[in-house]
Amino acid sequence: MRMKTLTLALATVAAVAIAPAALAQKKYDTGATDKEIKIGGISPYSGPASAYGNIGKAIQAYFDKVNAEGGVNGRKINFISVDDGYNPAKTVEQARKLVEQEEVLLLFNTLGTPPNSAIHKYMNAKKVPQLFVATGATKWGDPKNFPWTMGWQPNYQSESKNYVTHILETKPNGKIAILYQNDDYGKDYLEGFENALGDKAKSMIVAKISYEVTDPTVDSQMVSLKGSGADIFFNITTPKFAAQAIKKAAELGWKPVHYLNSVSSSVGTVLKPAGIENSMGIITAGYLKDPTDPQFQKGKEWDDWLAWMKKYNPNGDLKDNLNVFGYTVAQGLVQVLKQAGDNLTRENIMKQAAALNMTLPMLLPGVNVKTAADDFYPIEREQLMKFDGTTWQLFGKIYGR
Amino acid sequence: MKPLDKKWVWLWSALLLVALILLPFLVKNYRVFQINLVLVYAIAILGLNMLTGFNGQISLGHGAFYAFGAYSAAVLMDKLGVPYWATLPVAFGVCFVLGFLLGFPALRLAGHYLALATFALALAVPQLLKYKHIEHLTGGVQGIVLNKPTPPISFTFLDQPFSADRWLYFFSLAVAGIMFLMAWNILRGRVGRALIAVRDHPIAATAMGINLTMFKSLTFGVSAGITGVAGALGGIVVAFVSPDSFTVNLSIFLLVGVVVGGLASIPGAIFGGMFIQFVPNIADEISRSAPAAIYGVLLIGCMYLMPSGVMGGLNKLWVRLRTKTAG
Repeated sequence: MRMKTLTLALATVAAVAIAPAALAQKKYDTGATDKEIKIGGISPYSGPASAYGNIGKAIQAYFDKVNAEGGVNGRKINFISVDDGYNPAKTVEQARKLVEQEEVLLLFNTLGTPPNSAIHKYMNAKKVPQLFVATGATKWGDPKNFPWTMGWQPNYQSESKNYVTHILETKPNGKIAILYQNDDYGKDYLEGFENALGDKAKSMIVAKISYEVTDPTVDSQMVSLKGSGADIFFNITTPKFAAQAIKKAAELGWKPVHYLNSVSSSVGTVLKPAGIENSMGIITAGYLKDPTDPQFQKGKEWDDWLAWMKKYNPNGDLKDNLNVFGYTVAQGLVQVLKQAGDNLTRENIMKQAAALNMTLPMLLPGVNVKTAADDFYPIEREQLMKFDGTTWQLFGKIYGR
Repeated sequence: MKPLDKKWVWLWSALLLVALILLPFLVKNYRVFQINLVLVYAIAILGLNMLTGFNGQISLGHGAFYAFGAYSAAVLMDKLGVPYWATLPVAFGVCFVLGFLLGFPALRLAGHYLALATFALALAVPQLLKYKHIEHLTGGVQGIVLNKPTPPISFTFLDQPFSADRWLYFFSLAVAGIMFLMAWNILRGRVGRALIAVRDHPIAATAMGINLTMFKSLTFGVSAGITGVAGALGGIVVAFVSPDSFTVNLSIFLLVGVVVGGLASIPGAIFGGMFIQFVPNIADEISRSAPAAIYGVLLIGCMYLMPSGVMGGLNKLWVRLRTKTAG
């Protein structure tokens, strides 16, 4: 008994003595020092997708704020963001520049499915984190084969799953028609949708028609879909085709429950061209607070965002969702760096990124960021929203995980 | 002006060779990768220059042949396990045939009309590559990820390991050497003169007994073939191909490379390659808000200072220096 107590006491003393020593020990990989953390970013500042360049600028603006307030654990964030023009060949070159020349600790929020695909293998071979990539493809959450790559936003399959849950709750015997773009993006959504329906997929999906990005219109597809007699319509299309589909459905007098993928949820570029009255009642899913929605334009979280926009991102558009996106994802990275403390090795960065459980101010209430060693999908929760003629109105509960 | 001394030519050539061999060991891996891309673009520009500079046919669609070359190499390596070096002749063959076939309708189109027709090709190619019935081959939008070839031997030199990129440098250098030698052989003799004659005065050229149809189509074929080899090599160097890598911008950049390097100049292609590889990076470093605008300004500046391209500028400088020393 005495021996046991003594051992316990000794162990406690030892533990207390060792703990601070272990904490005080700083560990660095390339790109991290006592003074700064070098982070690389690749965004399309030029080329066809240059509208997304705003995300990169917003991220830079957020890091400016963090640095002005003393940095993360006393270290400044040195964000080196370069342009790839959405050209995968250029992405490879820029990624190599950032990793081999600039010697960054990690790559952060590289944008687009093709550019990220181009460097997927390289980053994992180099064992450099490719963190919180800005694409909705499902393949970024594959820790077994690609332990150095992690997504961020809800992936296409989990979004599909959320629609299915809602359909099964509201219309369990509905007949579903699906229009989808015939590429990896469309198929990703479709696969998630069919998997979530499981056995019911065969009986519930009555029509499933694809179109090519090169097609001039989707009119004939819409006529066939209407002919199937479906009362639910899942619209997996990119903005131009989404507007066409909405318009054609109205022209045909077809009024199913209309689920529109979030890729095309923009009021300005999709719903307005399709016709406001034609778009009434369409359902989509969201996870970020819409900066144009009056219900979110109050409270500390809004004030903080607004103050940041005014001070650090004065050229940014207050109505632009991408600024909310950049702000939020940058906060996600800052949290990872905070958790990593003085152990700024690439391994520890991935370990901390896979141990997140938090909410962020500009995420919808109830939406969280949660990861685990076998779960590389940070945001999976979404809320459904319905178009009321001016904005998207959130309704119902939070879906997903 | 007296002819250059043979001895000096040999000496400078030897020095150049030593420099080319040492170069990849003096810089980081990433720079070697960039130099590889310069070589790749130089070959592509050489191909286009043959057509545009020497034969006077403007093509805004050479990015398409570059893409066909890259995809030929990628599909052969990925699906059939063909070794990387063996894909280059195939890429040449595929693009030669495609270019030759395209050369026929091109005979009826001259000047701007040809430029527009080839422009259409460049616009169409990224979408054709996404076509669903060939998706099992091309990988659709996702493209194909390739493995970098491993160097056949391993050693370290000047403290630098003989990495995949350095091996590819020597491989690309050899390919570029062969292509440039081939182009030089074609263009310096009878065939070259015929091409220029066709460019400058087609009717006179026909009167001299030059088969216009044959020459124009063949030039188109060889030009497309060389650009295809560049595409294949580019695919191997980057280790990834996808439709978005070969947008219409690529075709335009290649034409920019031809003009900046110097129309109808073989060594000019190397300067053209450097320009399209490095200038966008410089533009990006100067301004993140408007890299394209900076690029435009640099391009205009370049053309203003050297209206006949880098080679034209160098020639002028050379002539001026020689007359000064002679006089």
